[in-house]
Amino acid sequence: MERPVIIGVGMTPVGEHWRLSLRELAVEAILNAMDDAGVDRVDSLYVGNMISGSFVEQENLGALIADWAGLGNIPAVKIEAACASGGAALQEGAKAVMSGLEDVVAVVGVEKMTDAWPSDATRYLAYAADAEYEHFHGASFVALNALIMRYYMQRYGYTEEDLALFAVNAHANGAKNPYAMFKRAITVDTVMRSPYIADPIKLFDASPVCDGAAAAIITTKEKAKELGVPKEKWIEVAGFSRAIDTINLANREDLLTLKAAKVASERAYKMAGISVKDIDLFEVHDAFTVMAALSLEAIGVAEKGKGAMLAKEGQIAIDADYPIQTMGGLKSRGHPVGATGMYQTVEAVLQLRGEAPDGIQVPDAETALTQNIGGTGSNITITILRRV
Amino acid sequence: MAKPMQVARYWRHFKEKYRLIGGKCENGHVFFPRRSVCPVCGSRSVEDFQFSGKGRVISWTIVRNPPSGFEYYKPFPLALVELEEGPVVLAQLTDVDPEEITSGMEVEMVTRKIREFGEDGIILYAYKFRPPVK
Repeated sequence: MERPVIIGVGMTPVGEHWRLSLRELAVEAILNAMDDAGVDRVDSLYVGNMISGSFVEQENLGALIADWAGLGNIPAVKIEAACASGGAALQEGAKAVMSGLEDVVAVVGVEKMTDAWPSDATRYLAYAADAEYEHFHGASFVALNALIMRYYMQRYGYTEEDLALFAVNAHANGAKNPYAMFKRAITVDTVMRSPYIADPIKLFDASPVCDGAAAAIITTKEKAKELGVPKEKWIEVAGFSRAIDTINLANREDLLTLKAAKVASERAYKMAGISVKDIDLFEVHDAFTVMAALSLEAIGVAEKGKGAMLAKEGQIAIDADYPIQTMGGLKSRGHPVGATGMYQTVEAVLQLRGEAPDGIQVPDAETALTQNIGGTGSNITITILRRV
Repeated sequence: MAKPMQVARYWRHFKEKYRLIGGKCENGHVFFPRRSVCPVCGSRSVEDFQFSGKGRVISWTIVRNPPSGFEYYKPFPLALVELEEGPVVLAQLTDVDPEEITSGMEVEMVTRKIREFGEDGIILYAYKFRPPVK
């Protein structure tokens, strides 16, 4: 089956957008993407969003955003998969194009988190966990990931300093990304001196609460040609898949295997006809430093238990073998939850087009992987993007 | 303080929350909480199973910035406890100095208050785990 292509991308900077509402953020990203693609209409809209009903008391985002973006009476729906909503929305958009039912599709990921009080934001994020057996007991999302981090350190003998290297790498790259929330480099010491939120997770192991929106326009190769989009701008959605795992962390067969990522990445590699060795850069879901390590293991970049070694050995930098978080990742670019998967998409597209900012362009990047995690690994999307 | 939801939302879970009763399928797989389909073999023939309440901590944390509604109780220890029958449960630890928590430590289940909802609200109770009382 012919793979669709992304012909335009757009985004807002990630940050605390006190002057902008959810709808304004989403509209800005969509219009930027439409301008980038050179289209003035789309057949449908897919909105990736985790939890606008709680954060800004607004659901029915399909109608809201398509209306305010001036897209007319098109089909438009919200896709929800916790923090993986953006990645899931992209895949639904790609499927719609592949089905032949919709020619030109817009996908936007958006989240407006800073209108809520911080402890309420913590509560809403915990809704992605098991309400009855996790959140009921006072578990925050950070706390659940802290249980994973301690277990990982115990099992393989890593230290907090070892895992801090993922945050250091993310910030080194994010410092050069004008759209990143935290545009400054940090050291292991910065991480170690930051306060514990849920031991052993410190503030600098964790991604921030923030606002943002990112969008892409997807179409068929035939339509891209008809629209006159230059071929250098075509980025193929070469393979994609997603999978679930137990929603309750305690019910996992193995706490340290992101099985959903393993299953989904194997299927995505097969669909793209590649192996992990063919991938030039990885945007993985480093909501917490330990998640970067587990993700690299699950998608086959590292052996089990060796994910953190890649950071220790300097293999994840822009000019190394396995560049990750090339624009700052969730840690430095920011993690506006339902938008994150679309930020990863936009960033991967810019890398593949050779349009990444100076200092963080991966040389001659042909193929990129994005991995977007919802819950503590309970819903994971994998998408392979490739230059045409 | 927030309002509780309808009381039914809480009492329908009393059996597992107060007494740590989970499920056991016809093929002998035990799990917590009970569910309609055995997560190991897919059997739909499931009955109640009473766990002993004894287990050991396999990982733990201190929740310092809890979700809203739990601010009053912070900081509190939260752990993954592997029950002696095999399944793992997430629960708060109680009656223990955070400095003394270690992975591998033995614990036993007790029923304790989880949270209140203000003066006219209900009080939620459930299992927590503590070092065994000799």
